[in-house]
Amino acid sequence: MRSDRQNRAPLALKIAAGAGLLFLHLPILLIFVYAFTTEDKSYQWPPPGFTLKWFAVTWNRPDVWDALWLSLRVATISTAIALVLGTLCAAAVSQTRFFGRETISLLVILPIALPGIITGIALRSAFNIAEIPFSVWTIILGHATFCVVVVYNNAVARFRRLSGSLLEASADLGANGFQTLRYIILPNMGTALLAGGMLAFALSFDEVIVTTFTAGQQATLPIWMLEELVRPRQRPVTNVVAMVVVLVTLLPILGAYYLTRDGDQVAGQGK
Amino acid sequence: MTATSATESTLAIQPPREGLTGALSDLLWRRPGLLLALMLTPPVLWLGIIYLGSLFALLAQSFFSIDEFSGLIDYQPTLKTYGELFQPSNLDIILRTVLMAAIVTIAAAIVGFPIAYYAARYAQGRWKALFYVGVLLPLWSSYLVKIYAWKLILAKEGILTWVFGKLYLGWLLDAWLSLPVIGGNSLSVSYTGTFLVFLYVWLPFMILPTKAALERVPVSLLEASSDLGATPAQTFRTVLFPLALPGIVAGSIFTFSLTLGDYIIPQIVGSSRLFIGQAVYAHQGTAGNIPLAAAFTVVPIVIMGLYLWMARRMGAFDAL
Repeated sequence: MRSDRQNRAPLALKIAAGAGLLFLHLPILLIFVYAFTTEDKSYQWPPPGFTLKWFAVTWNRPDVWDALWLSLRVATISTAIALVLGTLCAAAVSQTRFFGRETISLLVILPIALPGIITGIALRSAFNIAEIPFSVWTIILGHATFCVVVVYNNAVARFRRLSGSLLEASADLGANGFQTLRYIILPNMGTALLAGGMLAFALSFDEVIVTTFTAGQQATLPIWMLEELVRPRQRPVTNVVAMVVVLVTLLPILGAYYLTRDGDQVAGQGK
Repeated sequence: MTATSATESTLAIQPPREGLTGALSDLLWRRPGLLLALMLTPPVLWLGIIYLGSLFALLAQSFFSIDEFSGLIDYQPTLKTYGELFQPSNLDIILRTVLMAAIVTIAAAIVGFPIAYYAARYAQGRWKALFYVGVLLPLWSSYLVKIYAWKLILAKEGILTWVFGKLYLGWLLDAWLSLPVIGGNSLSVSYTGTFLVFLYVWLPFMILPTKAALERVPVSLLEASSDLGATPAQTFRTVLFPLALPGIVAGSIFTFSLTLGDYIIPQIVGSSRLFIGQAVYAHQGTAGNIPLAAAFTVVPIVIMGLYLWMARRMGAFDAL
């Protein structure tokens, strides 16, 4: 049948699309192979042998644990701040009309639209001027700023789907504003906020460009990796850490996808 | 206004609510402006003070200059620092970066289009989800791990050299590396390597908006085009591509902007010649020349401003 033929993709398109997907995924899979290699001086392929030794070595490295712990702390606090600020901003922009609405959404998107190096150096010089010493909080200031947009995007998309008549019905039935918030708005927003929070966490956990400017001497996990990339000292440990980072970021992304998959806007678009 | 009439009717039916939360709830209902202010103040204060504040502080510093003898910053407003941007060596850096960003953007559009088109038009059910997650995962996986993976791939002893060797194509790789400009000692210290990593890291940013634009193209338009006798190539050129263009331009905003500002990829994979991001990093760090670093950051801002303005005229923002 004719429509049948129309719904089948041309072979060339299939090959090009498949090759493109392979291009996107093979490099990440390669990391998994390298984590088990016995070679520790070079990036030799194919690996001369396989071993589990490097997992034990990595497990006993205090610097890796310190970096991981710092990254987790920063990501958790930044996500919490971003959740509050992003949701408030999304509620204001999507539920009301006011002068300067467009400016507010531009302001939220700006930290991610301009190259990260600009955010980084701007914060660094501001800390210098204000004589703020580097600490966990200087890192968090930067991270929370660009995490807001991820939460904001998810929350705005969900607010758009939240019908205004639900809120009116709640008020008609005698609920006050806080009851409406508690029983109508929050349950409806729940999964979108969870998804936004997961993505914000993943974004913060992985961020390196802004962090190099706001961390001073502290090392988050990405900074630890960056140092290994610039001056490789512990290639096998880096391989293992890279694999663990892939696995750790995979979970929140898949989780966020499942929470928002039937939404009109998709979770990952706003990065 | 609706707010006052609502208040009156509420009062006519019900007494004010009891308790603190009730009173607060009534107050916020009567004064929506207060509620709006409460919602907006925290995020606007945060972004306004921390982000815009530091951004303007940085831009202000680009109007200062550095004293060449003492190395101290001279706080007299001047355009001298902007003049330094036009020195040949700095112009080189800007040109190199913009050229790389343009090539990466075009390549990402070409490589990304088939994936986006297949996902938008042909993929059904489980395959659709698979394609979507297949683009989303690389987008969100760790930036540094992706670069690290390419360091493994491009290394002289790495997998790419091995594949070329197995296919008896080692001579092809050597010939490519012996080319001027794009070649080098090995792929990991050549512009080719830098380009590949940029393309890989930013490709998902191109695919998602392109796919969104393609999903809005009605299949009947393509059928009508072929019914009217157009070859697939003609349909692509006159129907599909113009309709997908806003999405591609939207994606190109990301690929272009991200390449312009990146300083880590060219530092790890590439030749020693600088990109804008590296120049900014070097000037603010070891050289301590904050004014010149600030002036350098104005370059991507201006270029992106122009780019966004053109993109807006092409309707790219509707495709985001």
